[in-house]
Amino acid sequence: MTAEAQQAVRIRFGLDKPVINCFETLNPLKFGNCLINPLQTQFFIYFGNLLHGDLGISYQTNRPVSEMLGEFLINTLILIGFGQIIAILLGIILGLIAAWKSHTAIDFGAMTFSLVAWSLPTFWLGIVLLFLGSTYLGLPVVGKYSAGMSLQVGWLKFLDVAKHLILPTLTFTVVMLGEYMLIMRSTVLEVLSEDYILTAKAKGLSTFQILVDHALRNAMLPMVTIIALNLGFTVAGAIQIESVFSWPGLGLAIFQAVNRRDYPVLQGAFLIIAIAVIFANLFAELLYSYLDPRVQAS
Amino acid sequence: MAVIGACMLLATIFIAVFAPLLAPYNPKSGENMAIADIYQKPSVQHILGTDDAGSDVLSNFMYGARVSLIVGFFASFISICIGGVIGISAGFFGGKIENTLMRFTDIMIVIPDLPLAVVLVALTKPSLMNIIFVIGILGWTGTARLIRSQTLSVKERKFVLRARAIGSGNFHIIAKHIFPLVLPLLVANSVLVISLAILEESTLSFLGLADPTTISWGQMLNFAFTRGGVSSGAWWALLVPGLGIVWVVLGLTLLGHGLEQIFNPRLEWHHLSSSSKMISRKEEEVKNG
Repeated sequence: MTAEAQQAVRIRFGLDKPVINCFETLNPLKFGNCLINPLQTQFFIYFGNLLHGDLGISYQTNRPVSEMLGEFLINTLILIGFGQIIAILLGIILGLIAAWKSHTAIDFGAMTFSLVAWSLPTFWLGIVLLFLGSTYLGLPVVGKYSAGMSLQVGWLKFLDVAKHLILPTLTFTVVMLGEYMLIMRSTVLEVLSEDYILTAKAKGLSTFQILVDHALRNAMLPMVTIIALNLGFTVAGAIQIESVFSWPGLGLAIFQAVNRRDYPVLQGAFLIIAIAVIFANLFAELLYSYLDPRVQAS
Repeated sequence: MAVIGACMLLATIFIAVFAPLLAPYNPKSGENMAIADIYQKPSVQHILGTDDAGSDVLSNFMYGARVSLIVGFFASFISICIGGVIGISAGFFGGKIENTLMRFTDIMIVIPDLPLAVVLVALTKPSLMNIIFVIGILGWTGTARLIRSQTLSVKERKFVLRARAIGSGNFHIIAKHIFPLVLPLLVANSVLVISLAILEESTLSFLGLADPTTISWGQMLNFAFTRGGVSSGAWWALLVPGLGIVWVVLGLTLLGHGLEQIFNPRLEWHHLSSSSKMISRKEEEVKNG
């Protein structure tokens, strides 16, 4: 491309001017000839910077947004990761047991727990656990590190973070567990009423074998889809839990950025969430078509 | 199950409607409030203690019930209207309209509700109308999907074909034939949507995005948490509004699941049950023909 062509492209997309010349564009008489780029050129400038990996500079802390969000993202992933794994494992096992023993006391207890856990506001459960945990168990109240611990290395630091992680993870697990158990139970109930279960029983397989080999495998399919699609709900839960426990994660970043009108951080955080949710959905669809041979054929 | 839920809901509505008569104190009056009143323990004068401003928690609870229920009902009304219209249109018309509407619904499902709601409410004015509007326009996706699948199954019935043969217009068929059959499921689903709306409203209030002049349960929790409730050990201010939310949402969920069970019965028994009802039921069906 010739130099004139490059310059013409730059002028067309407003890249020869800075993004915002001044903030007081509503009063041109007072502030002279003040221009900001129209929205479409701002979008192109942002996208161009994005391709370089530059997400802008935070209004509040004057640090690059990508640096800030990197730390926050890792913290949120730690919190969500542990919580989801425990909730999924427990949800699958307990849902299976509840469906197998349907209409007995175990099932009734599991259903009640699920319904109550589903009706709890996440932040309220966090507050209650925070109160009980700090008063009676002496667990730490806020944040990720106790004072001075972030400078330690190795085992002590790990223990400290783990101590701070117990209550938020417990809150997250309980809320997710309710939902997963409910879904797993209804799916397994449907699967267990299919004819091949009767065949397996007639063949003489033990109950445990039937449950694990036939029921669990077939019931996993909808669960996998739900787990991946739940990422949106997970982000919502993360915002609440991080606000209550002051866990320095993406949710808290969004909340503080909204309060302080820190738009670059907000844009960056939403971008990360959007990419994560899109990838999660894509992954869910691919995984589903991999696991279910009936879908592959079509 | 539905009956228990209905009773719980009715109790809450009763308290909310008759709040001015039942509440021992008027929470808005600033009389007789001193520093010593803040975070008082439950006593004979204040059955559930006082909150961070010295006003009675029980009275705030009763007045807060009103706001929480109003926001829940109106926001879910918006959601149900949007979801119902989109669902019926997508199911009935089919083709390109259905494709576009369903893609749009999928996009709205994928977008996380809470961050979007937080940003929308925070950047416009945090008022009651805004909250109702925002919760309403974000909560319709489940209803739309459900109504669409129900419309698809109703559309295949013979009387719709006959109505077309006579020459009824589209709107007539929708209004007279499809809508009455979709309505029961819509009602069952709307109860669940109301419970979700109440949860969303309490979350938004807790994050500080509610109208500061109205008391709702989420707002009570917000004040209690951010104004030193945990460090004062004021468990009454933290526990009571949350229990209220759980009570209402649990009641609505039970009611909704119960109604769903009536209109859309799910399977109750399976081959690994301890009794042999599965086989005997099938034998009965075969005998009766």
